[in-house]
Amino acid sequence: MIGSFNLVGLIVDAIAIGTVYLLGCIGETLTEKAGNLNLGIPGIMCCGALGGGFGIWLCSDKCTDLAASPAYMYVLVSILCSMLFAAAAGLIYALFTVTLKANQSVVGLVLTTFGIGVFRFFAKKINKDIIFSGAHYYFKNLFGYEGDNIFGKIFLSHGILVYLAIIIAICAAFLLNKTKVGLNLRAVGENPATADAVGLNVSAYKYAFILIGSSISGLGGLYYVMDKSDGTNFTEAAIDSFGWMAVALVIATMWKPLVSIFGSILFGAFYVMPAYLPLSRNMNKLFAIAPYVITVVVLIVIRFMNQKNNQPPASLGLSYFREER
Amino acid sequence: MENRIALELKNISKHFGKIQANKNVSLDVREGEILSLLGENGSGKTTLMNMISGIYYPDEGEIFVRGEKANITSPKSAFSYRIGMIHQHFKLVETFTAAENIILGTAEKYDLKYVNSRVSEIAAKYGFDINPKKMIHEMSVSEKQTVEIIKVIYRGADILILDEPTAVLTPQEIEKLFTILRNMKNDGKSIIIITHKLNEVLAISDRVSILRKGEYVGTVNTSETNEKELTEMMVGAKINLEINRVKIEKKNPLLEIRDLTILKDDGSIAIDKVSFYIRSGEILGVAGITGCGQKELCEAIAGLHKITSGSIVHGGESIVGMSSKDIIRKGISMSFIPEDRLGMGLAPSFSITDNMMLKTYGEGKTPFVDRNSARERAKALIEKLGIVTPSTETPVRRLSGGNVQKVLVGREIESGPNVIITAYPVRGLDINSSYQIYDILNEQKAKGTGILFVGEDLDVMLALCDKIMVLCHGKMMGIVNADHVTKEELGLMMTGAVNLNEEQKDKNFGIARDSQLTPEQWAEEEKKAGKENR
Repeated sequence: MIGSFNLVGLIVDAIAIGTVYLLGCIGETLTEKAGNLNLGIPGIMCCGALGGGFGIWLCSDKCTDLAASPAYMYVLVSILCSMLFAAAAGLIYALFTVTLKANQSVVGLVLTTFGIGVFRFFAKKINKDIIFSGAHYYFKNLFGYEGDNIFGKIFLSHGILVYLAIIIAICAAFLLNKTKVGLNLRAVGENPATADAVGLNVSAYKYAFILIGSSISGLGGLYYVMDKSDGTNFTEAAIDSFGWMAVALVIATMWKPLVSIFGSILFGAFYVMPAYLPLSRNMNKLFAIAPYVITVVVLIVIRFMNQKNNQPPASLGLSYFREER
Repeated sequence: MENRIALELKNISKHFGKIQANKNVSLDVREGEILSLLGENGSGKTTLMNMISGIYYPDEGEIFVRGEKANITSPKSAFSYRIGMIHQHFKLVETFTAAENIILGTAEKYDLKYVNSRVSEIAAKYGFDINPKKMIHEMSVSEKQTVEIIKVIYRGADILILDEPTAVLTPQEIEKLFTILRNMKNDGKSIIIITHKLNEVLAISDRVSILRKGEYVGTVNTSETNEKELTEMMVGAKINLEINRVKIEKKNPLLEIRDLTILKDDGSIAIDKVSFYIRSGEILGVAGITGCGQKELCEAIAGLHKITSGSIVHGGESIVGMSSKDIIRKGISMSFIPEDRLGMGLAPSFSITDNMMLKTYGEGKTPFVDRNSARERAKALIEKLGIVTPSTETPVRRLSGGNVQKVLVGREIESGPNVIITAYPVRGLDINSSYQIYDILNEQKAKGTGILFVGEDLDVMLALCDKIMVLCHGKMMGIVNADHVTKEELGLMMTGAVNLNEEQKDKNFGIARDSQLTPEQWAEEEKKAGKENR
C-alpha cells in the first residue's frame, strides 16, 4: 500500500496494542477507585505474563501428547495462572499498603522492579515452553477470520484476550456506576472515614479490589506475550513501558472504563503510527511522546474545569488510619 | 408522664494513654426526650458519644439500650441497636448525591428511585428541606447536616446523637433544626445533643447532663434550672475564671488596616472592606462564627494570602505585596492554630530545636545549619513556658496539644515581634494550659506588643481583650470596647442581627484618629492599592 494511507490496518494494529494498555488500565482504575495508587502495574503485568507461561508449562507437562490437550485448555489454564500470579503480586502490594500502611508509591515502584526482575529470570524458559507447545497460536484470531472485509478485519480478526478486555472494561464500568458494590468502593476511595462510619469494611474493599485489579492488569502482560509478540519477541523492557502507559491512560481517561476503551485505541494508534507514515526516524519519536502529552493536557484541563466528578478519588494515595485523633 | 429509658450508661471510663477522657460517667435518656450534654471543650463529651456510636470502646462500664446490656463494637453494631450519630465534621462523600450517601453501607438494593421517594417521605414527616439528587459538594453546610440526619433516620435510628450541630449554623437554620428535633421528639425518638451554648440548652432540651473534665457532674431538669447554675456545674463550683487584663498606657496605632477586601481560594468574598487598627500594648479580639474570614485575614496580614483591595500599613509603611519573610522581619508574627492543631506553623515530625530554626534559618552566615544556638533557645523556651517534653529533640507531634501550642506561641514570641497575630491559641487546651497562654499574651502586651487575638470563647475574649471586632460573613459589624459590651450583644453582632458599623456610621469604626499617615498619604495608599489590582 505504497502512497495511500492504510487506515484499516492502522485501526486493527491500534486495537491490538491498545489491549495491553486497556487491561493494565482497567485493573489500575479499580485499584485507584479503592484509594490505592498502584505504581507496581508494570511489575504486575510481568508477573501476569510469567503466570501465563507457567500455565502453558503446566499443561504441556501434564499432557505429553499435544493433540490430546485441547486448545481451550491451554488458553484457560494460562489465563487462570496469569491472574493468580498477578493477584499474588497484588497481595504483596496490599499487605504493605493496607495492613502495614506503608507508602503506596514506594511499595509500587519496588514491586515494579521486583516483577521485571523475576520475569527476566524466567523469560527464556517461558519462551521455550510456548514455542514448543505452540500455545500462543490458540490465543490469536478467535474467530479464525482471514478475509479482506473492512468490518471483519476491524471487529473479527483479533485474539480472545482483545474481546475479553473490552468485556472486562464494560463490566468494570457497570460495577462502578450501577451497583451497590461500586458505590461502596467509590466511597472507600473518596472518603474511607465515611465508609468506615457507615459500617463498610474499608480494608476488605481495598484488599478485594487491589487483588481483582492486579489480576486484570496481569492479563495485559499475558496478552502482550502470547498474542502481540507471538510468544517469542517479548522483552521485559517492553512490558515495563506498556505498564507505565497503562497508568497514564487511567489519568487520561479520567478513571472511566468506557472512555478507557477508546483511549486505549488512541494510545495504541500513536504507538503504531510510525509504521504507517513515511516519516524520518526522528519524527517517529514524536508519536511516542504523544500519549504522555495527552495525559498532561488532560490533567491540566480537568484541574481547570474543576468538576468534582472528573477528579481523582479524593483519598488516592493516602493510608487510612482509624483511630487517628 | 414517665417514658421508657432508651439508653443508659453506667460507670463508663475511657482513657487515651495517660489522659483520662471519661471517668465513671453514668447518664440516661428516655424515649421522646431531648437530653443536652453540656461541658466545656475537652470535657469528654464527644469521646463519650463516640463510645455509644461504636467509634471507641469503653475501658470500663456498661451500656444498656432499651433495658438490655449492649456491646457496641463498631458503628455498624451501633446501627443494629438503632443508635445513630451526627458528627461535627460531616462524614459524607463529596462526589456522591444525597441519596447515594444515604444508602451507603446499608443492605438495601441500589435503587435510587426508591431511595428518593423514601427520603422525601422522611423529609415530609419531620419537616426537612432536601433534594436527594443534589451532589454533596454543591450543598451548604446546613444542607449537608440535613443529609447526615436523614442518613441516620433512614437506617431506622431512634436514638440520635448530635455533636455540636449548631456550631456552623445561622440563627434561622438553628431555629429550623430545633423545630425538626422537636418533631422527632414528639415521634418518640431519643435525642442527645452535645453543645456548650447555654441558651440553646435551655431552648431545646428536657434535661441537661453535665460533664466536667471527663467526670459526670449531674443531671438537672431544664425547667428547673438557669444559666448561672449550669455554668457553675460546668466549670466547677464557684471557680472564678478571672483573667487579669493588664492596663497599659495607650500608644500609637501600630498596624492599620483600611477597606481590606480578600477573596477566598474559590473566589467568594472572605473579608469585605474591613478597617481596623491595633495599638501597641493592646489586645484586639476578633469574634465571629468559624469560617467568617478569620483565617484569610490572618494570612493576608502575614503576607500569605493575596488581598484584592485595601491597605495594610505597619508603622507608617504599607506592607501590601511584601514577601512573608520581609513581613516577619518587620516584626509581625502569626500563629494560627487550625482545627487539627498541627497544620500551620510547626513541622510535626521536626524536633523542638528544628522547629525553632524554621523562621531563623536564613540568618546564619555559613551554609551550615547552626543547631547549637537553636537548641539553647529551645531549652530556654522549655524552661520558661514549662513545656513538658522528654528532650529538645523529641518530634513535636509526640507532645500533647497544650505543649505543641506552647512551642508555637513561644517561638513566635521569642523572635521579639511588635505585632502578634494569634488565632485560636487555646483551641482544645485544658483550663490550666489556656491560662498559661493568656499569661504569655498579657506579658507581651505589657511589653508594648500589639496583639490580634482571633478567638472562639466570648467570655475569655471579654476578659482578655481591650477591644473586640466582630466579623459576620466577612463584614465588620463593629468594634466595641470589651468593658462596655455584653456577651449577648456580641452574639447578636456575630449573627449579623446588629450591625453597629452601619447604625453608627459617624463613629468611623476602625479608623484611628491619631493615624500614622496623614489623610493625603492614605489617599495615595488607596490609589496605589487600586492600581495594583486593576
